[in-house]
Amino acid sequence: MSPMIEVEALEKRFGATRALRGVDLVGEEARVLALLGPNGAGKTTLVRILTTLLRPDAGRARVAGHDVVADAAALRSAIGLAGQYAAVDELLTGRENLELVGLWYHLPRAVYRRRAQELLERFSLAETGDRLVRGYSGGMRRRLDVAASLVAQPEVLFLDEPTTGLDPRTRNDLWAFIEELVAAGTTVLLTTQYMEEAERLAHRIVVMNAGTVAASGTVEELKEQVGGAVLSARVRDRSDLGRAAALMAEIGGGAVHTDADQQQVDLPTKGGTPVLIAAGRRFEEAGIGLDDLGIRRPSLDDVFLHLTGERVAPASPEVA
Amino acid sequence: MRAPATTRRSGGARRLSPALAATDTAGVAKRNLLRIGRTPQMLVISVFQPAMLLVLFRYVLGGAIRIPGGSYVDYVVPAVFIEAVLIGGMTTSIGLAQDLKSGIVDRFRSLPMARSAVLAGRTIADLARSVVSLTIMVVLGLAVGFRFHNGLAPILAGMGLVVFFGYAFSWMYATIGLATRDPETAQVAGILPFFVLMFASSAVVPVVTMPGWLQPFARNQPLSVTVAATRALMEGGPAAHDVWLSLAWSTAILVVFFAVALRVYQAGTA
Ligand SMILES: Nc1ncnc2c1ncn2[C@@H]1O[C@H](COP(=O)(O)OP(=O)(O)OP(=O)(O)O)[C@@H](O)[C@H]1O
Ligand SMILES: [Mg+2]
Repeated sequence: MSPMIEVEALEKRFGATRALRGVDLVGEEARVLALLGPNGAGKTTLVRILTTLLRPDAGRARVAGHDVVADAAALRSAIGLAGQYAAVDELLTGRENLELVGLWYHLPRAVYRRRAQELLERFSLAETGDRLVRGYSGGMRRRLDVAASLVAQPEVLFLDEPTTGLDPRTRNDLWAFIEELVAAGTTVLLTTQYMEEAERLAHRIVVMNAGTVAASGTVEELKEQVGGAVLSARVRDRSDLGRAAALMAEIGGGAVHTDADQQQVDLPTKGGTPVLIAAGRRFEEAGIGLDDLGIRRPSLDDVFLHLTGERVAPASPEVA
Repeated sequence: MRAPATTRRSGGARRLSPALAATDTAGVAKRNLLRIGRTPQMLVISVFQPAMLLVLFRYVLGGAIRIPGGSYVDYVVPAVFIEAVLIGGMTTSIGLAQDLKSGIVDRFRSLPMARSAVLAGRTIADLARSVVSLTIMVVLGLAVGFRFHNGLAPILAGMGLVVFFGYAFSWMYATIGLATRDPETAQVAGILPFFVLMFASSAVVPVVTMPGWLQPFARNQPLSVTVAATRALMEGGPAAHDVWLSLAWSTAILVVFFAVALRVYQAGTA
């Protein structure tokens, strides 16, 4: 297995903003690499450099063996991109959008016409394929945009938040489709705000924060980094949150995180049931009423929180 | 493992063959023509502006302007032809700025298409639109009393000169669209060169009526020599000198702004 995406010490700044400050990562062939990170972490900037839309200020990056600067033209033939904001033509039909993309990849006419038809069917756009995109819903545009990135059956596929705004069924469809592509040999780099998506698809996850790689590894490896488990207490009365956090800090083990919305305090811990029992006793002695107290395996969400200090969007995406 | 459909290429940043570049350009032109056909209101607007000016010159201002040895309608209508193609060029800047803003140019840039195709396809499609509006101006001109006084060949040559002038300036407008990256700003920025070219010129009134310091510019700038050449070709009279000047101006503008626009387009990947 060889690396299809190689990034070394990549840097990019926009005026005073250092969007990337030395990023290293590797994406293996026929694997899904997921980029996770809070807003502004630099995910889109990295994708744009890897797809030749931006030039790096320093460092090196190769995709499918092509340098992003020196071999940009050859690189473009090997990739497909669905950017963060759908780049489809409003005044063309869905089919025209796909066929033109095929023409610009220099596919033979018969091939791109067939591909357009296949993709319209695969993305449930067959009925609307001959209508102007102007009349498409947000989810339909998103699907068409992803379909456009697949017209030339690229070796490496870049998907920047591909399922944002998709309803759960369509999201599941797209996940299954990505799995098929990967099984057939395509390398995928995707960015996402959804832990569920990363857990389901990614062979490897890179967590970015403020332009750097905060951690990378498989889902299991990342969970190990947080510690064995998370002790989690939900207070009945919001006004007890501060005291609960202080109490958890006394128990020790890791950085306490307070989630005011959920009225919840989390603590990474290596201890098991004894810690839970001890914590229960302390809460009782302190007279803090609890709705819930338990020990759970860390979720990817906890990993993210631990590494970046921020919770990601909703654990599950809302329906568009 | 790959389907044969995948075009796999090796080698560095070599240039595309001219045939592929032409295919890419034709694809972009097709896309833009489809868009033009689906927004007929835009076409109406781009015809409406020169039509309004035609009416203004012919009926409102025309009575006050004396042209030595000729009628004002024959004097001003060739200028309206040029104005029609220049306004066609303005739509190039607005359209390109729109594409940049909507993110579709990002898709273009991520594809292995020729770098010049996005601009060349756009200017060619807008040229087609200009020819349509020029044709409508001819019909309107004839309706308000304009008459050709020359053979078919020189008349068509005059039309060709007008179209070439408009095409050259559409590259200047492409540059404006790329530099502003915003349709409203592009529109406002495009009006200034339009007014300078149109009114500091011999298009609407003879240059001798202007202040002395303005006359050398007004006599020799590209629109003036083109309108003079067009009048001579359509109405009779010695044309060669102005035709050559017009061709030289248009060629120079085309070459310079082709290079500048391409550079600004590529610098977008800063
Ligand atoms: N063209 C630009 N000009 C100026 N600053 C930019 C530009 N593009 C990105 N930035 C800045 O670079 C940083 C990284 O942005 P980027 O879009 O890569 O983040 P992201 O991780 O994709 O965020 P999100 O999750 O919100 O999509 C941000 O601070 C952003 O404001
Ligand atoms: Mg982003």
